[in-house]
Amino acid sequence: MTEIRMKVNGDVESLDVEPWVSLLDALRDRLDLTGPKKGCDQGACGACTVLADGMRINACLALAVQYDGSEITTIEGVAHPLQEAFVRHDGFQCGYCTSGQICSAIGMLAEHASGMPSVVADSSELTEAEVRERMSGNLCRCGAYNGIVDAIMDVAGKDAR
Amino acid sequence: MKSFAYVKATNVEDAVRAITAEPGAKFLGGGTNLVDLMREGIERPDTVVDVTGLPLNTVEELPGGGLRIGALVRNSALAADRRVRTRYPMLSQALLSGASAQLRNMATVGGNLLQRTRCPYFYDGTSACNKREPGSGCDALDGFNRGGAILGVSDSCIATHPSDMCVALAALDAEVEVRGLDGTRRVPLADLHALPGDTPEIETTLAPGELITAVELPPAPVAANSRYRKVRDRASYAFALVSVAAALEVREGTVSQVRLALGGVAPKPWRAREAERILLNGPADEAAFRRAAEAELATATVRQGNAFKPGLAKATIVATLRELSRELSTEGAGR
Amino acid sequence: MTVTQSEAVEERATGTTKYVGQSVDRLDGPAKTTGKARFSAEFPYPGLTYAAVVHATISRGRITAIDTAEAKAVRGVVDVLTHENTPPMKPVPKGIPTSMNAVFSAMLSGTSVNYLATDEVHWNGQPVAVVVAETPETARYAASLVRLTYRELPATLDFAAEEPKAEPQKGGLMGGASTDKGDAPAALAAAAHSVDLAFSTPPHNHNALEPHATTAVWDGDRLTVHDSTQGISGLRKHLSQRFGLPEKRIRVLAQYVGGGFGGKGSFWAGTLLAVLAARATGRPVRLSLTREGVYHTVGGRTPSTQRVALGAGADGRLTALLHTSVSRLGQVGGMPENITGSSRHLYACDNIQLRQSVVRLDLLSNTFMRAPGESIGSFAMESAVDELACELGMDPIELRARNEPERDPVGGKQFSNRRLVEAYRVGAEMFGWRERDARPGAMRDGRWLVGMGVATAYHPQMLMPANATVRIDAAGKVVVQCGLHEIGVGAATAQAQIAADELGVPLGSVRVEHGDSDLPQAPFAGGSVQTASAAAAVVAACAKLKRTLLGLARRSAASPLRGRRLEELEVRDGGLYHGGRGQTYAEILAGAGRGHAEAVIKANMLGFVAKTVRDTRRYVKAASGAQFCEVRVDPDTFEVRVSRWLGVFDVGTVINTRTAESQLRGGIVMGIGMALSEQTLIDGRDGRIMNPSLSEYHVPVHADIPRIDLHCLNEPDPISPLGVVGVGEVSITGAAAAVANAVRHATGKRVVDLPITLDKLL
Repeated sequence: MTEIRMKVNGDVESLDVEPWVSLLDALRDRLDLTGPKKGCDQGACGACTVLADGMRINACLALAVQYDGSEITTIEGVAHPLQEAFVRHDGFQCGYCTSGQICSAIGMLAEHASGMPSVVADSSELTEAEVRERMSGNLCRCGAYNGIVDAIMDVAGKDAR
Repeated sequence: MKSFAYVKATNVEDAVRAITAEPGAKFLGGGTNLVDLMREGIERPDTVVDVTGLPLNTVEELPGGGLRIGALVRNSALAADRRVRTRYPMLSQALLSGASAQLRNMATVGGNLLQRTRCPYFYDGTSACNKREPGSGCDALDGFNRGGAILGVSDSCIATHPSDMCVALAALDAEVEVRGLDGTRRVPLADLHALPGDTPEIETTLAPGELITAVELPPAPVAANSRYRKVRDRASYAFALVSVAAALEVREGTVSQVRLALGGVAPKPWRAREAERILLNGPADEAAFRRAAEAELATATVRQGNAFKPGLAKATIVATLRELSRELSTEGAGR
Repeated sequence: MTVTQSEAVEERATGTTKYVGQSVDRLDGPAKTTGKARFSAEFPYPGLTYAAVVHATISRGRITAIDTAEAKAVRGVVDVLTHENTPPMKPVPKGIPTSMNAVFSAMLSGTSVNYLATDEVHWNGQPVAVVVAETPETARYAASLVRLTYRELPATLDFAAEEPKAEPQKGGLMGGASTDKGDAPAALAAAAHSVDLAFSTPPHNHNALEPHATTAVWDGDRLTVHDSTQGISGLRKHLSQRFGLPEKRIRVLAQYVGGGFGGKGSFWAGTLLAVLAARATGRPVRLSLTREGVYHTVGGRTPSTQRVALGAGADGRLTALLHTSVSRLGQVGGMPENITGSSRHLYACDNIQLRQSVVRLDLLSNTFMRAPGESIGSFAMESAVDELACELGMDPIELRARNEPERDPVGGKQFSNRRLVEAYRVGAEMFGWRERDARPGAMRDGRWLVGMGVATAYHPQMLMPANATVRIDAAGKVVVQCGLHEIGVGAATAQAQIAADELGVPLGSVRVEHGDSDLPQAPFAGGSVQTASAAAAVVAACAKLKRTLLGLARRSAASPLRGRRLEELEVRDGGLYHGGRGQTYAEILAGAGRGHAEAVIKANMLGFVAKTVRDTRRYVKAASGAQFCEVRVDPDTFEVRVSRWLGVFDVGTVINTRTAESQLRGGIVMGIGMALSEQTLIDGRDGRIMNPSLSEYHVPVHADIPRIDLHCLNEPDPISPLGVVGVGEVSITGAAAAVANAVRHATGKRVVDLPITLDKLL
């Protein structure tokens, strides 16, 4: 067992974990933060996306011990216009990918604002094509992609104004 | 996943010492490949030495315009680096073509160099795989091998190296700095990865316990006009069927400099030296591009599932060089 | 009109507000966007343990030894359950079913295998042991230490090799297996123009983002199960049979399910093993399948080979239509898909021949996946129609219009509603079909080749019986109780809209309780039946409630409603009115000294069956539509990207425009995946699934999906409750063909084998 301390959604949490415990399982099973989802446990779907020190990561491929001392934000700690926009634009159906989509979108908007390029990038403007490429790490099997992009464009547009 | 001891290294010497002391130990970077393989039971280290705390996460200038990239620089940070984007656009594009934004935020340069194949028979613990279990055979030879390699293969293994970044690094003559118990040595990227031969389980020329500390990019003005083209089954978030990293300089219609490397076709990032040789000092036209591509793929060995790859590779090489030469002429016209 | 949740809460009923047909926020939106919505693997219990499955690694044979010593020695392992030490479940009912329950239970059992009660292995990946441990990591690790020894038996595994030996399919619940009208082969031979194409489609997996998960808790002889199921009441029946427990002692909960698409419609190993493990260990057990575990224990869509041959005169009128198919079942279960089913209904033709055959292989049973039969059948049929249009040099929309039948081509029945020609006309206008240059490869956008294709979507409609209870309290708050499944379709929201309209109350005052087998029984969430079926019950319950309330009012001498009949009254403003005079429900309840009123609707099975029989004798009922697809094809590498889409659908009354459109989009997205990238790779040598992951089974990502425009004709179906026809499946039908036809237009190449990967175009 290793004792780790993380600031999770603003609260300092201290917990004993075996090294084999992923950050995702630490959040879900140890801290009962079940917002981050386990869709594949292989880094292939993005449902587990959380923000670690502001960066979006896949919590399923992160060992909790590696994030000792980090600041973690899960959907439970998010209060962002995107959440309401997802409802308004119907950016989900079953809701299982939604926590990851929203956390990923928050990270994505921050990345874009900081000048992070993408393979689409021809300009600094956040186009729909840009959003699609940058959000491609988050699968949605219900196929709510249009609504998700609309929600993000809506919020990004408001930020720009 | 088998249980393991976790060690967080605080300096390079300790990291190397820790890993050498434990025969079953592994370095851990961003975890995006190793943690997955551990969960699948394919990697079973007794000790994991976490190197992400080491001070190897900066990109520094080298004399003459090259760059020294710390092994722990995250893929996203490297892709975003202004100098990389200006001097080596193909490298930034290759990084951004790989995986997803989340994984790029986690993955390190050193880990990317050492990522393991995505061959389905390597991943499936019940299949015969000489790489996973030497001597067990290769179920990919007559199985699903659409993703399989066509260059540098053997009868033991046709697995491809999955990295995008490495393809660009191969084209850029990168050098890898490695630290072992005996000190530091430098390995040309072209010599870092091993072809399978009879020993596909040996994937690199690193000695046990050696730690990649940096990648150095020599100055390469030609790379300012470069691109990375990745062909895959989805528009994003998929491994390459074929990829091309290319840089081109044309003077008065003649190719004065060229760099070309291929991904998705070989067990290692494939520097297309034969194609480069044919292109250099020749005309920068479609016919020459095609001749070069044909020559590079002349030795391709195909299986049922990947018989399309030589054709796709040639088409992608030609298309990428065509685009690059067009960009040059457009720029020229603009001046 | 758009109604947001907050507006709906604050809103005063005006008497003109109608929620049905509007764009309404999902009621579960806030829960799902804040992480508060809990799924089946997310309910903590004291003493909870975690289970992991050990899968067989041979395709057929017997277990000769099973060594669990090493696994049991791992610290934190509670038990390792095998066929040698586990009190068995009762077997899956088979033979002649003795009750209706047994029929459904057997039908919805994913396989006939009695897990952990047999040493037999029927497929590569079958569960053969379960490890229960104190932590999920321990369970999974210990599962990797269970050593099995087998005696292998020869197995039949390769669909492509076995397909020629397929045997004619018997008729069954999923439809008739063959159809003959006229002499199609002779007509084909004599036709002035014809096409005759052989198609193949690969196996598919549902890949709902939530892997199947169960939390099972025994409390004495009471059982509580949180399960990711599309059929809570069916699951309760099944568990009752398998564990010998009366249904009333079993509670199945599934408030939220992370996608289903048919994959959670039957009862598969994970659910049963969780309940079995909880019984064997005396501890609450959570069993979340790994993604790979889903592939190995939950069936997917059958592969198919198909032939479609069409004969036509120079005027394009069909003279011969032949469609044959081969699908695959498992030796231990599976249901034949009605692949040629919609080919009975699409085109006027005097000579029609449809045939379906099946092979049984030693693989995991197939199961229904979004529009079973029609989704892959329509790929072949609608590709062939397009090819005939090419052959004739005729516009494919015109060709379809010329063959539009007045009545059902095979049975001669009436269509309850048929607007395909209109759908194409409206769609062609919206999509700019006129701009299409019909010559292959003629259209370009910069360097990209551009192609435009169309195809017909068609999905037959059914209804199932449903029960519902509607209650109103003295404050005017309404509760609708119905065991609906919220798998992402907006089921609760739709029924809340209906109840709000039927009772004339604000949407915000209606709450829908769902996802609990203790609630009145709703149909399973499959076959596109749930919304319309439940609507019938909710409408009836609301009507009954209004009668009850009116009865209470009429007893009061002071009531302005005294002496009134319900038919004369307006339902508005949270009450009943005649002209300007009336009472709110709250006033009626207060006047009667009641705290609440309630109406219970239990489906009358005999009446339901009688109406169903009557309707199906007279009518053919279906959702249908026209799919318009535009693709860009790279001229060097032949990568195909869908660049535009329009779907025009006839799905009857639309309850919630926003959620219905989302569901229709979802089907199209899955259809695009089916067209371009999805396939489950099963190694024919050992029956092993070689891409059991979301990284190697390529469902579409954001970057693959363009803007998808939708238009619903929105005409009520005359014989459906509220005119509603289900929207869950129709939009995947025709989708893959529309892509294939667009690719044909862009490149001149007809790809007959899905998925349309670039190697098939190079």
